[in-house]
Order: sequence, then C-alpha cells, then structure tokens
Amino acid sequence: MKTKSNRTASWLMLGAVLSSVLIYFFPLWKITLYAPQYPQGIRMYIWINKITGDDAYTLQNINILNHYVGMKDIDPHAVPELYYFPYALAGIIFLGVIAWLIKKRWTYLSWAILYALSGAIAIYDFYLWEYDYGHHLDPKAPIKVPGMAYQPPLIGTKHLLNFTAISLPEWAAVFMLVSVVLGFAAYWCCRSSSDKQLAHHHPNILTSSSQSRVLSHH
Amino acid sequence: MKPKIFPQQKQLIPLFCGIITIAGLLLSSCNSHSSGGQGAISAQEAAQQVYVAPGQYDEFYAFMSGGYNGQVSVYGLPSGRLFKIIPVFSQNPENGYGYSEETKPLLMTSYGFIPWDDAHHPELSQTDGIPDGRWLFINANNTPRVARIDLKTFETVETIEIPNSAGNHSSPFVTENTEYVVAGTRFSVPIPQKDVPIASYKQNFGGVLSFIKVAPSGDMDLAFQVMMPGFDYDLAHAGKGKSKDWVFFTCYNSEEAHTLLEVNASQRDKDFVAAINWKKAEEYVQQGKYHEFPGTYYDNRFDTSTQTAHSYVHQGVKVLIPSECPGLVYFIPAPKSPHGVDVDPSGNYIVANGKLSADLSVFSFDKIQQAIQQKQFDGEVNGIPVLKFDAVLAGIVKSGGLGPLHTEFDDKGNAYTTFFISSEVVKWKLGTWQVEDRQPTFYSPGHLMIPGGDSRKPWGKYLVALNKITKDRYLPTGPELCQSAQLFDISGDKMKLLLDFPTVGEPHYAQAIPASILMPRSDKIYQLASNHNPYVTRTEKDAKVVRKGKRVDVYMTEIRSHFVPDNIEGIYLGDTVYFHVTNLEQDWDAAHGFAVEGNRENAELLLMPGQTKTLKWVPVRVGVFPFYCTDFCSALHQEMQGYVRVSSPNDNVALTWSTGKE
Repeated sequence: MKTKSNRTASWLMLGAVLSSVLIYFFPLWKITLYAPQYPQGIRMYIWINKITGDDAYTLQNINILNHYVGMKDIDPHAVPELYYFPYALAGIIFLGVIAWLIKKRWTYLSWAILYALSGAIAIYDFYLWEYDYGHHLDPKAPIKVPGMAYQPPLIGTKHLLNFTAISLPEWAAVFMLVSVVLGFAAYWCCRSSSDKQLAHHHPNILTSSSQSRVLSHH
Repeated sequence: MKPKIFPQQKQLIPLFCGIITIAGLLLSSCNSHSSGGQGAISAQEAAQQVYVAPGQYDEFYAFMSGGYNGQVSVYGLPSGRLFKIIPVFSQNPENGYGYSEETKPLLMTSYGFIPWDDAHHPELSQTDGIPDGRWLFINANNTPRVARIDLKTFETVETIEIPNSAGNHSSPFVTENTEYVVAGTRFSVPIPQKDVPIASYKQNFGGVLSFIKVAPSGDMDLAFQVMMPGFDYDLAHAGKGKSKDWVFFTCYNSEEAHTLLEVNASQRDKDFVAAINWKKAEEYVQQGKYHEFPGTYYDNRFDTSTQTAHSYVHQGVKVLIPSECPGLVYFIPAPKSPHGVDVDPSGNYIVANGKLSADLSVFSFDKIQQAIQQKQFDGEVNGIPVLKFDAVLAGIVKSGGLGPLHTEFDDKGNAYTTFFISSEVVKWKLGTWQVEDRQPTFYSPGHLMIPGGDSRKPWGKYLVALNKITKDRYLPTGPELCQSAQLFDISGDKMKLLLDFPTVGEPHYAQAIPASILMPRSDKIYQLASNHNPYVTRTEKDAKVVRKGKRVDVYMTEIRSHFVPDNIEGIYLGDTVYFHVTNLEQDWDAAHGFAVEGNRENAELLLMPGQTKTLKWVPVRVGVFPFYCTDFCSALHQEMQGYVRVSSPNDNVALTWSTGKE
C-alpha cells in the first residue's frame, strides 16, 4: 500500500544514496597553510582514498617544511584508512540501496544511524592522525620548541609557529552530511506515513493536520 | 649710465646664444629645447604614474639589450624595476651560465669558445605582426651570432653563428609571423674570408644579408644569404600587412671607404635603404638559383629535455646574387647615412632616419610597388635597380632637430623619433608629416621603444628613450657612468617625462610586451620527472660517485637543507671531478647553489627546482675542501655544506660517499 509520504521517503533515501556516491569524486577535507613565504597558501586535500595538493608536488613541499620541526612525512601509502575507507563507503552505499529497496522506516533509521556513527568514527580517526603527526616528533629535529605540538585543527584556524593552518570540510563531507540528513528525513517521512496508517484505524489520536489530509483523501 | 649699458647687453644676448648654440652642436650635446616645456608635470603627478605599490605588478615587461655586457636585462614598466639579467653571449658567474658544462656549448663558435659579445637589438617573436611572447631574439654584434631566449624560462636556448658576416648589427629583426630572423652585416669583408690588401676593398669586399629560418619549435637554421655591395648595413625592419613579404635594411658607406669612415663614408648626399622581397628569395632558393659558398658556423641548441646544450657544426651557405635574381632587391636612395629604418603599423610607411640630417624621409610602400612596376629607376648598383627618390617618397618630416636615429609608433597614427645630436624625442603625425611635440632627453638618445611600437599593434601608453650619456643625472660613480632610460607618458597630446632609471651595460634597442601576455606563460619549476639530463639524480638513493680512470663523476642531490652525498673521499690529485648536481625541489623559488673551494676555471652553479647542472673541478692541492650551497635557500642554509677529501696519488684511500653517517 503506497502512500504519498512513503514515496517521498523513498526519494529521500535514493537521494541519500546518490549523494554518498558523490563522495568519491570530491575531497572530504581541506587544510590550508599560510606563511610569509607562501602568501597564496598551500592546500592539502583529504579524499576518501587519497591525499592531494595544489599540484603533484604539494605533499613533498609540505614535508620539506615539516621536517624542520621533526614531523613525519605525510605519506598517503602509510595511511591504511585510505585503502579501506572506500570499501567501507561502498558497503554503506550497498546497505543504503538495500534499505531503499525494503522501504521500511527501521531500515532508513538503522542506515542513518550506522552512517552517522561511521562518519563520527572517521572524523575521530582523522583527529587521531592529526594528533599523531603533530605530537610524534623526531627528537633530532633541527628546530625544537619546548612544549610545542603541530597538530592542525580539526575545524577552524590555528597558528603554528610561522604557519596559519586552516582546516575545513570540503564538498564530500557536505555530501556525507546530506546523506545522513536525508536518511533521517526518510525515516521521519516514513514515520509520518505510519502515523497516517495508524490514524486510519484510530482516528482519535489524529493530529489536526493529518486529519485534514485524511479527510481530503476521502 | 645704466640706460646706455642695457641696450648694448640686449644686442649681445642673441650673439652669445648663437655662439653657444653652435658650440653645443659641435659638442653633440646641445639641447636647444631645454628642460621643462609643455610636457612638464609635477613630480608628484609623475611619481603617482610610475609608482607600483609593494606587492603589485608592473603593466609591461621590458627587455633591454645589455650592449657590451652581452646580456639582456628584464625591467618592469612603468616602475623601471630590474627583475632579471638573462645571460646570452657572456658568461655569467651569478648563475654559472657559460661555466656549467651544460651551457658552455651555447658560447661555441667557429673561432672556439667566445664568452663575450656586444648585444644590441632584442626582438620579440611575432604572430600576425603582433608580439606573441614566445621568444626573444638578440644579436651578437662582434662575432656574428643570433640568440633565442625562451620566454617560459627566460633562459637562452639557442645561439646560431652567421658566417660571411662581420658586425652583425642589422639584426635580428623578424618577419610578420617569425618566419625569418634577418641578420645583416655591418662591416663588409672578403667573402669568403681571404688574405687580401685592405686597399682592395672595392674589388674584394662584400656584405651579406642573412635570413635565418625559425621553425615552429623555435629552432633556427641559416636558410640563405643575399650578397650585397660592400656597404655597411646598419639596421633593418621587416614589413607588415601589405609589405609583409619585404625586409628593409639601411646602409651607409655606399662610398665603399675602408679608412677614416667618419669623413670618407659621409661624402655622398644619399645612401640607401635596401628593400628585399624574402618571398621572392625563397622562390629563387627553391629554384636552385643560389651559389654554395663555403662557411663554417655553429648552431648551439639547448635541449629542454636534457637541459644540455649541444653544438652542431655546419658547412656552406646558400647565397643569392641580386643581379641573377630580378625582383629580389631594390635600392631606395635615402639621405645622409640613414641609421634606423622603421615601418609604421599599417606597413605602408617606411621611415629612414638620416643621421647626418635634420629631416626624416618617409617612403610609401604603395609608391615603391608602383615605381617597380613602372620601372622608375635611377640606374643600378651591382645589378640592383635604384628607385627614383621622388617616385617613392611619401613625405619629409621637417623636424628642426639634428641627428635622427630611430622611430617607433603609437596606436593613434603618431610617430616618435629620437634625435641624438639635439638630444630629444620628436613626435610627429603620419600623413601630415607635421611635428606635434618635442621633449628633451638626458642625454643623447639612441633607440627609443614603445611597447609593440615596431609591430602592427603598438600599446601606445609609454615611450622609453634609451640614452647614451647621463653626465649629471645621477650620483657620480667615478669616470664610468651608467646609461639610462627615460620613461615618457605618451597617452596624451604632449609627451610627459615620468622617470629616469639606470640600465645595465649599454642598452641599445629594447622591446616590451604587456605582462598579461607573458605572466601566464612563465614556468615556476622544471619538472623533475621530465629532466632527462644524462647525469640526473632523481632521488637521494640514486646519489653516487663513479670513477673512470682519472675522471670522477659525482651524482649529487640538493634539497632543503642538505647534499647527498656530503662527505666524499677517495679523490686524488690529478683527477678531474664533475659534480652533477640535481636540485630535487619542486617548489617555486626553491633554488640551491653549489660551489667548491679552489675552482680555477669555473664559477658556481645555480640550480632551479628540478634542474641538473654540472661543474667541472680540478683539485690542485691535497686536503679536505668544503663545498656549500650558495643560494640562501632555507632556515638551515648555513648548514647546507659538505667536504670532499683530496689525497695524494701515492696514498690508498677508498672511494666512499655518504650523508648522515657518523
């Protein structure tokens, strides 16, 4: 028995899945570094499966700068998440498709919760990497500033010696957020239609709005 | 008493003025239209026009020839700020040009290695008669050569020697689509060179005008030469638009004097502008109507892939003889030892600047074509028809100045001519031939330059006068003074002097192009991945030292802030060491240098990101010698150093190299 709200929920869920697919094609996060010698800034982009920069040499150039304070080289090959996150996302998209096919409110809700938790874990993981890069410094570093760590901010701006680091979500993060929101919205819609079905049998608990809708339906 | 004295003094004033004027003319530095005048503006107003605020960019790139320093200097306009010196025909210790093994071949000639020359005329490549920002050409006057500079890297990438030529002065001017670069000889010489009495000049001496073909890649090849009478071919410019198939050369010494030319080459009332139809010349060459002349010459090409120059030696030239090639060359009589020959943006007017005259003769291309068709000739010289002066003359500019040298054009139908002797720039109108304005220069301008002012599309906002004499214009620096450029605003009716700035060497000609054309083309780094120098070291792991007999090759890397290797042992007295240094950086402006103590023959290396260069070092003493980075590259630049140990051949020291090994 298809209702208008159910169809809306289905569309919202489809939107959530498609939005998730876009994550592969855009960076998740951007860290911009400004210094007197880099007035135009150096930009590093974190994707679901790679780390890139303004050009092919950005990482090398950032690593050269970082080595003075003893930071490890940023080497995408040394970050295993970049290998398995794309598969994890594929799994989530797959589950999303299943949820979309089942078209039940609990499938939408479980998917959205799973997705939100995964996203939170990914962000926490990103934080841990930032912490690791910023705190585990080579004891033989040429420049040692006591008490100084070089962890870039998760979101926002931070001054690190001569650098100003700005860390902000990018398009793929927006798509991830949109996916989660649409998942919850699908659940919300579905709940509304369940209410409606419920209301059909128990007119007493109708809200005034759904009552008018039901009435016009007849 | 007093009333009697005053009238006498008044009578004396014109007399004094007359004497002073004549004396001034003889001293070649008189300025009858002294400072100030209608073009004067307040210092504040001028300062505002040339002030480029910190961090802001100039509107134009200007390329000025370095004259006898053999280089090209790059300035910004309107600020007059110096950005770079591009070494071309001279060794440059600053960046190792002509000292590194990769660049030495660029200075090779049939005479051997010649690390100096006299560079006069920069010329931007053109497409459809408009500067396109691909290359800059410049001539070597002394040992005839033409160089090509790549404007992506601002580095010299080719030098080609011109055989049979001497004093490569009417050079290197390009045709409308850079099909050819022309190079005319200033000094006539025996062709081919041979041992003859100088007094046999008229029998044995000739002058060749060379045409260098420019391939789409930029590579130059000497296509053919035209054998001309033994005059001095002074300057040139190619036609454009309707006259695009033609090149015009001025000449003096049609008297064919070989001694005391200041007198003997100034006797005839008229010399010539030679008009050469290069399309016709191409046809004659294709038909095989040329003579093979002997002549050894070098073409030195810098391969951007290997970043190494190689010399190619060529033998023989195709020479066209005008008397055998009707329609190839015509002479146009031009008064008083013409110097510059300049073609207006439409391509119709050809201005001959008679340097011993007060007036300018302007010829019409249409009239030249008509006179050729109607055979309005006034005899011939060596089989070259001389066109009737009156038949081809479009107008005469009665300038009132003295010693016209060069003319450039704006985009509003005006022409601007430098007058060396009266030390001024005169603005006049094409068509009416009326003088519109005149401004003094300080002092004695040679060339002048308007961005695009010799092209079909002048950007007529500024004019730069290139002055030979500065005298009292700057703080004195002993007997040797700088030359200078003077920037004028020519956007209004009257020229306004904005700025003086000193120049490097003696700038003869200059060229300028909007920064908006060149800036986006400029490379930031050399791609390490595209560096195919045979001695490249791509990673620190690949660094090594290789001995072959008494030759030692050090494959070395530089990156902030260390060398690999930085400790080298096992070098012996009697070895020749080649340091092949690669800068591994791929960041804009992350340059490194390399210098080693006691290097007798060579300078340092200066390496841009991704570059490999080689420095030859022959140790002369036993000991341990430091090497270091000469370019303040980073916070730990001072730590960027290393040692090379030189042992006696009697000792036994193993060949080792390392970095970071305690």
